[in-house]
Amino acid sequence: MQAVRFLDGVVLAGGFPALAGVDLAVEYGEVVLLQGANGAGKSTLLGACAGFNKLASGTAEVLGYNLATQRAEVRRRVGLLDHTIALYRNLTAMENLQMWARMARIEAVDIEYSFDRLNITENLQKMPIAQLSKGQQQRVALAAIIARRPEIWLLDEPFSGLDANSRELLFDVISEAAQAGATILIASHDTAISSGCDARIVRMIAGVVVDGKPAVGQSTILR
Amino acid sequence: MIAFIKDAYIVFVKDLKIEWRTRNTSGHVLPFAFFVLVFFGFTFNSSQTVLEQATPGLIWMVVLFVTIVAAENSLRLETENEAVRLLLTGGVLPAAIFVGKVGSVVLQLLFVELVLVPGAVVFYASDVESLPLVVAASAGATIGLATVGCLLSTVVVGVKARRTVLPILFMPLVSPVLVAATRAFGDAFGVFAVNGWSWTGLLALFAVVNLIVGAMMYSQLLEDI
Amino acid sequence: MNTQADFMHPERITSSKATEATESRRTAGTGSRTSFWLGVVTSIGVAGLAALGFFVVPADDVQGDAVRIMFVHVPSAVGAYLAFGLTLLGSIMWLTRKSEWWDILAHSAAEVGTLLCGLAIVTGMLWGRPTWGTYWEWGDVRLMTTLILFLIMVGYLVSRSAFGTADPVSTATKAAVIGIAGAANIPIVHKSVDWWADRTLHQPSSLTDGKIEDLTLLTLMFGFLVVGLFLCWALIHRFRLGWLERELYAEELSEALHARRLEAAEEDRSRS
Repeated sequence: MQAVRFLDGVVLAGGFPALAGVDLAVEYGEVVLLQGANGAGKSTLLGACAGFNKLASGTAEVLGYNLATQRAEVRRRVGLLDHTIALYRNLTAMENLQMWARMARIEAVDIEYSFDRLNITENLQKMPIAQLSKGQQQRVALAAIIARRPEIWLLDEPFSGLDANSRELLFDVISEAAQAGATILIASHDTAISSGCDARIVRMIAGVVVDGKPAVGQSTILR
Repeated sequence: MIAFIKDAYIVFVKDLKIEWRTRNTSGHVLPFAFFVLVFFGFTFNSSQTVLEQATPGLIWMVVLFVTIVAAENSLRLETENEAVRLLLTGGVLPAAIFVGKVGSVVLQLLFVELVLVPGAVVFYASDVESLPLVVAASAGATIGLATVGCLLSTVVVGVKARRTVLPILFMPLVSPVLVAATRAFGDAFGVFAVNGWSWTGLLALFAVVNLIVGAMMYSQLLEDI
Repeated sequence: MNTQADFMHPERITSSKATEATESRRTAGTGSRTSFWLGVVTSIGVAGLAALGFFVVPADDVQGDAVRIMFVHVPSAVGAYLAFGLTLLGSIMWLTRKSEWWDILAHSAAEVGTLLCGLAIVTGMLWGRPTWGTYWEWGDVRLMTTLILFLIMVGYLVSRSAFGTADPVSTATKAAVIGIAGAANIPIVHKSVDWWADRTLHQPSSLTDGKIEDLTLLTLMFGFLVVGLFLCWALIHRFRLGWLERELYAEELSEALHARRLEAAEEDRSRS
């Protein structure tokens, strides 16, 4: 069984086939780099893997759960980081994550650990999300993922808008997760990404995966 | 069931906390409601009897408009930043989200009514003959209004013409609340010779039916929008 | 449970004969041999009802000529409630089965039902003027309930068009929620107006008190038949229209899919 499996997956966005029949298989523990131009469907694919975008036709499974019928199960088991941020603007970082931890049955110490890990200071924790910069907001959203330690990490342009230090930090966090055996899908224009972990490059064009088959020799991309 | 109540409570507290910070209802909606109430008075003859007769209806017409605004605000919290995803990844049941949001809208509406009803009594010189009836009818009517308001404002999320579509859908659906709450208040104010308590019973029935129907359908609504 | 809509069958999407199918469908209407003859029979029925109602049935002792309105009014009111029952059924079935068939039924029945409901209200007003001395009586239970129902269904149709056709699944679900919520509240609306109305003018059903004359009764029954035929005929056409809309949507989608795949394949080739 694979962590992610798409067979002719079609996802619509406002009546437009954002994913036009995706075939993709990702093994457990694999690190996949999704590449492609704007509008190629990378974000939609990640959103579908996270259980947010509806599957219009085809079959797709994430962690063995059917994306057509069991999206609620998927949503609770994966971590998605994308431009929506998905945090309440008028609550502080701490309030957002504490509330979420109570719903998701996650220990408070795990939240503290992730704030520590991402250098989110106490001052920052007490500020409403609306007052944080885009990069800071993204770090708070990432903190939630770290606290959950999901089996699949779905990162949509995680490096955009980050300063050098934060990028460094994110590299470390991702490689840690990869070493711990998590399956990671990263969508990025950036070609130089991974910090020494093996990554498979998957190219998307016009809503279709053009070479999703496992590469013969996996390429190690160095930053 | 305990998990459901806990989740609904988390959503309820979250919404109230945001309301406390943004002062949306207390800061903007409440003055609006009060203005409408005062200026309604000008549209009638200065005859006291007409105003007294109209007071119960006026109050609930204003609350009806306020509900539309409050329910829309409540849903906007979830669509900004797609923040509802935080709840969904947290594994909250959609029905619990619904109940929690209804709860917070109910509390906000009750707060508005707390100012509106005494205001109407003072301005239109009505007499409250039965305070328990006022309280019971307000509670029943408010839960009913908030329930339908939250359900329909979720239905119109993302619709361009939602500002007009929402009232068009909302008003006929809550027409029993408008009728029943006005009657009950009429009895409590001593202007209509009706049994206000049986009208309050109808309000309770409306609230329960819509809460159940809404909670049952809410997960499908969240999945498909 | 299968939550994928039927119109997204992969074989339809991958079909390269999409344009051919579109051509053949452009010439296709919403009619068939059966619906044609059904339409003919309905038309004859309408003419027959008019002849019976206007010329054969004698004027009522109490209501005079106004009684003739009843032959349209009562059947169309009943037809409207029947159609809204179908909308409720279609809405529930869509939410449980997710088959587009039920959604189209709900939408079609809502449109036809709203038409009949409007007809019932207008004829009721015309009848009320000479009989009750007023076009509109706020105190009447059935009148007010029917009006609220009419407004709910207008809201249903207005919002359906506001939701648009870009995402039929989402539109169908939202519409179903409105349909079910609306139907659930109708008994409460009825009860509230029942208590609210201090005075009810509406006829207690004339059918059951046995005072109605044989010929009048016969004509009324004929009216039910004609409205029933019209309901079937209009539903068939409206349903087929909805079906064709979905087919068109599916074809446009399959063309868009095809175009995207072609684009991907070409770009991939040009790179390697």
